[in-house]
Amino acid sequence: MIRSFRALLIRDLKLAARVGGSGMMGLVFFLAIVTLMPFALGPDLNLLSRIGPAILWIAALLATLIGLDRLFQADQEDGSLDLLRLAPVPMEVVVVAKVTAHWLVTGLPLAIAAPFLGLLVALSPEAIGAMVATLLVGTPALTFVGAVGAALTASLRRGGLILAILVLPFMIPTLIFGVSAANAALGGTVPFATPFLILVALSLFAAVVGTVGAAAALRSGE
Amino acid sequence: MVRMIRSFPRRMIGQPFRRTRWNTRGATSECRIVEGSPGCDALRLSEIVIQPVAIRALQAGLETAKSTSMILDLANPTRFMSFSGRLLPWLIGASVVLLGIGLAMVWFVAPADYQQGETVKIMYLHVPAAWLSLFFYVTMAASALGTLVWRHPLADVSQKAAAPIGAAFTLICLVTGSLWGKPMWGTYWQWDARLTSMLVMFLIYAGILALWRAIEEPNRAARAVSILTLVGAVNVPIVKFSVDWWNTLHQPASVFRLGGPTIHSSMLVPLLVMAVAFTLIGVSLHLSGMRTEILRRRVRTLTILEAERLDAQAA
Repeated sequence: MIRSFRALLIRDLKLAARVGGSGMMGLVFFLAIVTLMPFALGPDLNLLSRIGPAILWIAALLATLIGLDRLFQADQEDGSLDLLRLAPVPMEVVVVAKVTAHWLVTGLPLAIAAPFLGLLVALSPEAIGAMVATLLVGTPALTFVGAVGAALTASLRRGGLILAILVLPFMIPTLIFGVSAANAALGGTVPFATPFLILVALSLFAAVVGTVGAAAALRSGE
Repeated sequence: MVRMIRSFPRRMIGQPFRRTRWNTRGATSECRIVEGSPGCDALRLSEIVIQPVAIRALQAGLETAKSTSMILDLANPTRFMSFSGRLLPWLIGASVVLLGIGLAMVWFVAPADYQQGETVKIMYLHVPAAWLSLFFYVTMAASALGTLVWRHPLADVSQKAAAPIGAAFTLICLVTGSLWGKPMWGTYWQWDARLTSMLVMFLIYAGILALWRAIEEPNRAARAVSILTLVGAVNVPIVKFSVDWWNTLHQPASVFRLGGPTIHSSMLVPLLVMAVAFTLIGVSLHLSGMRTEILRRRVRTLTILEAERLDAQAA
């Protein structure tokens, strides 16, 4: 089981690296959205630094959606998903492997890039640290929730838009606690740990529900 | 769609009814055995899958099938159609009468609030709609379990019929709440926990409706939607307890709470009458929605059969 997990993970990472990686696209999209914000709001650094965490979180959320529709769809189209269904490995392991690979090429780069983009919206050093921490523990929740939607829409021809409609409501809790944790680090009445721990809990919860849900959706979608 | 198959061999009775074995060419994958007796020479096929219990009863012979429960009877779409057809006029009549009584009570009997004045009467639409939006979500989630665990055809149908009704009640709740909020709180909308979780609920309903429309094949759509519905069920307790967990602008629960309701009986009685009336309306809509859906599926199967027949003729 561990071997097939590793094989799948490496396969997906290689695919992401060699086939015009969606990871880089997500990163560029992230940068584009953060760049758009000052144009919409005006280049007021005080305002930007106050709502900076919110901007970064929204951008990260949207960037996660990019490429999510291809998570299982590509495998569905070339038939490898059918082989995975027939394989002795439980579908849950397949889901975890694919989601981990997807997170490594989209979520992780976002968290690593956050400090540089934080500079664009004039975040203070403490806030940047908090931003990276919240994105690191929060983006897995987004990916796992998104995996359920991706599995449900795997066989649809135009799954991208409906995927967004399906999963965005479920991403709201992560967004709330991600932003409030980052804001707590900016200073406020709530200590950083409170929303941050809830964010961790949300990620763990999403990991369980997302894995089981996506696996069930893939199994029933044959 | 019922078709008879001649010369039904006795030894087939104990066999599992997989789609490949008992598929007549035209009937596609939705065709299953509904009735047959051991040694008889005919059996009925319906386009809609029956639950495993019914198959087991079938295997044990028709005698036991007849003695099994009412639920099993209703599990058969044909029996459901006749039963709901008889029940529906009564339900509609009762909901119209109760709605009339309820509205009259709200209009003439229920007192105006000493602080809120006449605007308190929005409550009699707002609160029942809110209850029913949760009620229909729970109905959908229960049916989703029925679809996933028992592969029950009526569960699919019930799920599909409940979605637009629940969404409509959620919308009514949001709109009336917003209209009530303007005079009372001074704003149409406030991002507090109850309002926000209700809005999320509406979005989830919208997603479910979108997914129903996106997948054409009804059985596959039903399974996909049930997974989404069950994942979305997380939101139901959040809506219910949001007023207890967070300190919100929305008032806490005042009817169903430990220690009895906190509203006066002169308002509680009309509210409960309205709630029952709304429930009856909802159930009537749900039943007739289910009937429409069953008929729609029959039409779909007939269309496919017809197309295949023409196809075979042309070939």
